[in-house]
Formats: sequence, C-alpha cells, structure tokens
Amino acid sequence: MSKYHNIVPISLFVTLTFVSPLQAGKLGLGRPALPDEVAAWDLDVRPDGTGLPDGSGDVLTGEEIFADNCAVCHGDFAEGVDNWPKLAGGMGTLDRDDPLKTVGSYWPYLSTTWDYVNRSMPFGNAQSLTPDEVYGVVAYILYSNDLVDEDFVLSRDTFTEVHLPNADGFIVDDRKSAEAHFVTDPCMQNCKDKVEITMRARVLDVTPDTGD
Amino acid sequence: MTFRFKGNPPSRRQFLTGAAAIGAGAVAATTARAAGDPLITEPQYWAQGLGEGVDATPYGLPIEYESDVVRRNVDWLTADTISSINFTPIHALDGTITPQGCAFERHHSGAIELTKEDYRLMINGLVDTPLVFTYGDLERFPRENHVYFCECAANTGMEWAGAQLNGAQFTHGMIHNMEYTGVPLRTLLEEAGYQTTGKWVYVEGADASGNGRSIPMDKALDDVLVAFKANGEALRMEHGYPVRLVVPGWEGNMWVKWLRRIEVADAPVESREETSKYTDTLANGISRKWTWEMDAKSVVTSPSPQSPITHGPGPLVITGLAWSGRGAIKRVDVSKDGGKTWETARLAKPGERMALSRFYLDTEWDGTEMLLQSRAMDETGYVQPTKAQLREVRGLNSIYHNNCIQTWWVKPDGEAENVEVS
Repeated sequence: MSKYHNIVPISLFVTLTFVSPLQAGKLGLGRPALPDEVAAWDLDVRPDGTGLPDGSGDVLTGEEIFADNCAVCHGDFAEGVDNWPKLAGGMGTLDRDDPLKTVGSYWPYLSTTWDYVNRSMPFGNAQSLTPDEVYGVVAYILYSNDLVDEDFVLSRDTFTEVHLPNADGFIVDDRKSAEAHFVTDPCMQNCKDKVEITMRARVLDVTPDTGD
Repeated sequence: MTFRFKGNPPSRRQFLTGAAAIGAGAVAATTARAAGDPLITEPQYWAQGLGEGVDATPYGLPIEYESDVVRRNVDWLTADTISSINFTPIHALDGTITPQGCAFERHHSGAIELTKEDYRLMINGLVDTPLVFTYGDLERFPRENHVYFCECAANTGMEWAGAQLNGAQFTHGMIHNMEYTGVPLRTLLEEAGYQTTGKWVYVEGADASGNGRSIPMDKALDDVLVAFKANGEALRMEHGYPVRLVVPGWEGNMWVKWLRRIEVADAPVESREETSKYTDTLANGISRKWTWEMDAKSVVTSPSPQSPITHGPGPLVITGLAWSGRGAIKRVDVSKDGGKTWETARLAKPGERMALSRFYLDTEWDGTEMLLQSRAMDETGYVQPTKAQLREVRGLNSIYHNNCIQTWWVKPDGEAENVEVS
C-alpha cells in the first residue's frame, strides 16, 4: 500500500482510510511442510545444475524414448511437426527476419531443458518420465542440435560440461535507458506534413469472422 | 505460443452486416412519422404481459442480444487450443471492469479443475519454516482489495510486422481488469520467515505446465497479491480457481494461476517461461530477458473495426482504454488525422496505478474519413510510442511488449479498419 498514489485526494478522510491491515507478527496459520512433500513438488533445476536428481541417459536410449513419447509432435529428429515446436536447428538465425528459436539456437541453459521436460512434457502426459528417461531425452535433443556426439551420456556429472551456444545471448531489460527518449513532451500540433496508409489488415484478411 | 504472420485461407469479413440493421433501426427512431412510432403509439407485449420470475435464473448470463460480446480465439495463432490464447471483447465493453465471463484466457496446458478441498499452497526454500496452507488458511489472513490490469506479454504481438488482425478485440484483447481480493504475498512470506539471503521467489502453478517464473524479492514484498476473489466472487476456473498470483503492472505470464508453490531462492531459476519464452529478441539477435513491466499503452475501442459508426455524421463518442505498468495514466491524447494534430481526451476518472483507465473524446464527426489514434501518458512522463519508434530500438522480432500507437482508418461509411500509417 505504500506505493499507492492517491492522485486526487477528495478529502483527508478518504486518504486516511487507504491503509493496509495491521499485522503484528505471525498468525500461526498453515503447518510445516514435510520433507517428502517438498521433495515431491520442488523439482526446479537451476543453471548451475542445482536440483538435478541422480541418474543418467545416453543419446541412443534417449532417441528411443523420444520416438515413443515426443516424435509425434516434435518430429523424429526434433525438427517439429506442423505447427508444433521445433527443438533443433535454426543456428545463426536470431538476427534474421524470421528467426528459428530452438534449444540449440536460442535457449541459454541446459537446466531449463531438463527442468521443463521433467515437469511438463510430454504434452498431455506430464511427469510420466523417470529421471533416467529425462536425461536420455535431453541427451538426444543435444545430439539433434549437433552439440554432442552419439556416444554422449548425460548425468549430473556431465551436465556442467555442456554449454548451449546462445548462453551469452541475453541482456537484462534495458528499456529504462534504451527507451528513455519515450519520456518526453509530446507534439500536439503540426506533428507531421503528411500521413499515408502503408499497410491494411483487410488486405491480409486473416481475422476470424465475427458477424452473423 | 508461436505467432505466425500468415494464417488460414482468407474469409470475408462481415462486420457491417449486423451493424447496418442496427443503423436502420436508429434512423427509424429519430425520423418523425405522421402516424407516430408504433413502439410508442401501440402497446407492446412487455408492457402488458409478464416477465420472468426471480427463480428463473439463479446465476445469470447476458441477454441473448449481446451474444457477440464473447471471447474469441484465432485458430491459426497456435498449434492447438490447449496451450493457446483467446481475446476479451474490449470493442464492446465500457468503463474499466472486465466481466469475468468474457475476460481473456491464456493457458499452457489447459484450464484445470482444482477444488478448494484439494488445494494446497507450499512455501519452501530459504525460509525458517517451510509451510503448507489449505485454502481455508488463506482466508484467515488479513485481506486487501485492489483493481489491476492483467495484460499478456504477447498482446498486440501479432502486429509487430504490420497491420494483421482487424479488430481491437484481436489486436488488444489479451487483457482484463478486475478488482482482486487476496492476501499480500509479503504476509505469507513473513509467516514462513523468509531469510535475507532470499533475493528471489520462484512461483509455479498446479497445472501440468507449471508456468514457473522467478520474481525478485523487492517486487514480491511490495505489491504482489495471492488472490482468491475477482470482481467480488471466486476466481473463474479458467482464471486460476481457487487461487492465483496478481503481479501489478507486470506481464500476464507472471500472474501464475492455480498457484501451488512459492520457493524463496538466492538466484533465479531461468525457467522455460523466462528463457525460451517471454524474452524479447532485438534486431541484432541479442534478446532482452526479465522484461517484466508492461509499458504505457492505449487503444480506441470505438469506433474500431468491430464497432463501426452506424449513425452518420454528427455527435460521436470516441472512447478507449489506457493503462501503464509503471503507474497511473495521467493523460490520453487522440488524433483524427493519423498523428498530425492531437486533442487531449477526458479521463472518466483519475488514473489508478496499474489499472485500466477509460477515456472519452466527445466530438462532432463531419462524415469524412479519419485516421484515429490514441496516445497514453503515465505519471512517470512516459509517452506511448509509435510502432516506428519501437521498431527503431527493437526491430521486428520482439514478439512481446508491443505497446505502439494503434491506427484505425474510419471511412465515410463509418466502417473502420486496422491500418499502419507513415
């Protein structure tokens, strides 16, 4: 509530009513979480590998698991089917007109791949893969991106050997400086000499019908 | 969600088919007739017979004549409808509060059904005591009420490369604005005893996608709300029932629904939703990450492609919405000539921080074509940029955070179209 700016205080009374509820110390609500409960839900894996479980998987085993569980949407070679995400390819396309963003071309950290596959894939049957299977699938995705050889075995130990190509491809939000010029006193009159229509949605015509 | 610039085979728009009929009725009502308007001179059945009883509708829906005021999806935007988006009919709404039943949805693994009985919220990590709360526990903490907008980071994202979708619902409808009731996240973190080494919280949902996001502790302790009511009633299933996170001013992806776990950590997780997605690629191939705030933005909701002018020249209400994740809206300017000249519109009420503002420009339309634009200013002095200004800094591939000035080309027949202008 401290950040609430009362723009037009109608009266002192109104201002005084805008205060947060007082709270003195803890209320004693909730109960301690048990270790098994935390272990069941706290699955996230950090870029440094923190959170990875024991286990391992190699490329060829991963290929079989991928074929059975993933390829129907993501393709036999992780190249994507129809409109489903492509997991491999697109190297060097990020500064082009139509960049292809994949684990290989775009993702900064391998931890994210492990974490996301483990928690949320396969789509519609999440959390059905064992840690060894996840290691294998991730090893196969790396192989599909030409980042490891086919004899590569991914485990908690070998995890830190892998560096994804676009690890340095990200900067922290810099809008406050890079777009500081949007804080300005805007033009009101005679702001430009002429105005021409340069593009029309009607010509593209991809909006769903909304009438009738 | 993958946005493509080209979609399915074209189909003809019919926005004016229905509108023309409405217009004809309006003309009849304003034209003097010798015999008088039969809607006045002849008794009507609703003035003679009986309406519905109070037991007919325990929980009502809008009258059938408002059936066009509904969420819409655009099937070619995503691979399926489960990890997808739909759009709020902002072209037909007024004021600022979004009716929950037509407030947009964005899911990554569908809208799940989670009962209050089955609901659990865990706080773990760098805390003195990891805790588990039931839904009932949450209702026993002191509550607050706040109105905030929730805007998808991808709102207007399909328009980066050009004018594409023809309607404010589709170009700007990944947004809703509700009055939330909930417990400050700070209160729950204090209950668990968060440690000073905890610089981040990682929040995730109970759905298969998890939608995990890292939030800096400063924001978590400031104004983030663990909400269980919206617009007076329980959250809708599709909006996170029974509990969601409310992250004022920040991109909608961080408003984790079906919230099940809050982990206090000394570092961000760099999850899928803050690396692969919700990162903004610049022209040089470098991408911004952690672009949390939604910048000042506005759109004219009427007239607009789905809300054409049907009454001919004369008095015209130009209206729209403005908002900013940086604070309160201070001013909205409207141009009728594509940005050559601007008039300052009227705010329906003083802007509120991180909430939608309604603006009106009560004007006289001479029946000639207009290039309608709106331009929002917030309390930090930030002025909503043009798309050209944004492209100058960011290029065409940012996907997210498109807060550019929108142009509607209103033609002499009152029809409006989404266009870009020089």
